[in-house]
Amino acid sequence: MMEPYVRHTGRLAALPRANVDTDQIVPKQFLKRVERTGFGPALFHDWRFRADGSLDPEFELNVPAARGASILLTLENFGCGSSREHAVWALREYGFRAILAPSFADIFFANCCQNGLVPVRLLAQEIAELFRRHRAAGGEYRLTVDLEEQRVDDGLGFRTAFAMEPYRREMLLSGLDEIGRTLLAEDRIRAYERTRGGGRGRRKGDRW
Amino acid sequence: MSRTLFAKVWDAHIVEQLPEGPALLYVDLHLVHEVTSPQAFEGLRRAGRQVRRPALTVATVDHNVPTGERRAPITDPIAARQLDALAANAAEFGLELFDLESPQQGIVHVIGPELGLTQPGMVIVCGDSHTATHGAFGALALGIGTSEVEHVLATQCLVCARPATMEAHVTGSLADGVTAKDLILALIGRIGTAGATGHVIEYTGTAIRALSMEERMTVCNMSIEGGARAGLDASGVEPQVTWGTSPGMVTPVTGRVPSPGDFPTEAERRAVARALEYMGLAPGTSLEGLPVDRVFLGSCTNARIEDLRAAARVVRGDGRRHVAPGVRAMVVPGSQQVKAQAEREGLDRVFLEAGFEWRNSGCSMCLGMNADMLQSGERCASTSNRNFEGRQGRGGRTHLMSPPMAAAAALAGRIVDIRSWAPAAS
Repeated sequence: MMEPYVRHTGRLAALPRANVDTDQIVPKQFLKRVERTGFGPALFHDWRFRADGSLDPEFELNVPAARGASILLTLENFGCGSSREHAVWALREYGFRAILAPSFADIFFANCCQNGLVPVRLLAQEIAELFRRHRAAGGEYRLTVDLEEQRVDDGLGFRTAFAMEPYRREMLLSGLDEIGRTLLAEDRIRAYERTRGGGRGRRKGDRW
Repeated sequence: MSRTLFAKVWDAHIVEQLPEGPALLYVDLHLVHEVTSPQAFEGLRRAGRQVRRPALTVATVDHNVPTGERRAPITDPIAARQLDALAANAAEFGLELFDLESPQQGIVHVIGPELGLTQPGMVIVCGDSHTATHGAFGALALGIGTSEVEHVLATQCLVCARPATMEAHVTGSLADGVTAKDLILALIGRIGTAGATGHVIEYTGTAIRALSMEERMTVCNMSIEGGARAGLDASGVEPQVTWGTSPGMVTPVTGRVPSPGDFPTEAERRAVARALEYMGLAPGTSLEGLPVDRVFLGSCTNARIEDLRAAARVVRGDGRRHVAPGVRAMVVPGSQQVKAQAEREGLDRVFLEAGFEWRNSGCSMCLGMNADMLQSGERCASTSNRNFEGRQGRGGRTHLMSPPMAAAAALAGRIVDIRSWAPAAS
């Protein structure tokens, strides 16, 4: 189902903003679709495009060096606010495979792991160093984010390890169908329902 | 040490402790709405899966429903398609749906408690970040993404790493004119918007115990906007007004807009400068007296009957008050049942006679997915929960505050301090 992620090397785009909320990542006017696709053009819409529809050349993702970027470097609490998974679909469809930040909002982090977008938490000073290297390279800066080895490496001396919950890592590495996996625990779920009921006990319409 | 309420609820819902860390948790109530569910149902269909417990899954329409005339056809074809999709999915999978014709329709976090679906000790999930609202009842209530919605539909379980807990201990009592909204805004202002990441907050202390259930819902509702371990004395809290583009950018109404230079880090200075530019505010401007163009009384934070009563008390005042010239003010009840209750109490007439619009329920201008939106540059006094850039409409400027403060702003045409502004009717 989900595209597995083992390692990825790509161009870095820098978005030095803190508390980027999912309303900015995908504004509400694009949430009315009933599909999982078609959100790429909506990514950061109100920042990328001026009110007249033209590209805003000052927005970080619109600078020439950010074209084709597949790794996003940003600041703390990325993805806060609304639970909309559309934000992750938009980032993926636009071409991002990994995001580096000091911290992520909880629901956004979980949504990333459901969609093969790897959220990498690094120390604030490591993030600052990456911003510095990105700037020093005039924006022409590439990185490898290796999930199997849990390492970020620019091949130029920046090399650091990152943590990822084993369950999330396994899911991302294998492109796991989480529902299929949970359904393997059918006996346990059924046993829970028999002993505890769930909800307020057995209800009309229950098939078990 | 005795276990926290969180630990008791968590432990009672573990179906299986997965070896890699997270637990498979049983879900007692799954609330579904039109915006974050269509892709989940489509996933079920493609995999040939059913909804495991239709009786524990309840759907309503709220996010993009029009709040005007209910019988009129929906003019936004894309919104209509999403509403139709939920109706078709509910029918196909056998779920109860509170649709636009239903007298029980309303914002998902208002109707859950109202219909008695929300109960203490439950694990409750919904594809919406403000699910935390149900925590007021001693339920563990988690906002989830669409992939997780699909997972819960198919398995009635959620895979979830055990969060840490933190306590927000609030002593003292709230002064006159100060509400639960001010309490939670003050808390977020003190501890920032990211402190509670990875945590569930338990609210304790005399000030919390003194709150009504509706007030507790307001507090829990905004837990998602911030939080960290914190102590707070409620008696020191003043009416709060946000000045920036994040709920943590907040100050007492007696305060002034800060200057980027007041903040310690470069990132904060940049964020504040950007927020002030977006909000069209200069450092040092006093919040009190700031003119507003629009007023929104609504949302899952502040559109329950007590909120409407509190706002109506301000409006009723000496009986001669009217919405200020040039201001457009709307009241959007949290559910059709709240609306009906308010009408039985005559609150609709209070608002209508004073020049407020009295509308049908929905999320409305909290997030502007329907026609209720700010125009660019418009300044709004809002009882909702997020003052993010563009949240209420591209270029719109949102100031979060309590229902009495928003009602007073509508009448005065500017932000006022409810404690000193035109005393209520004698």
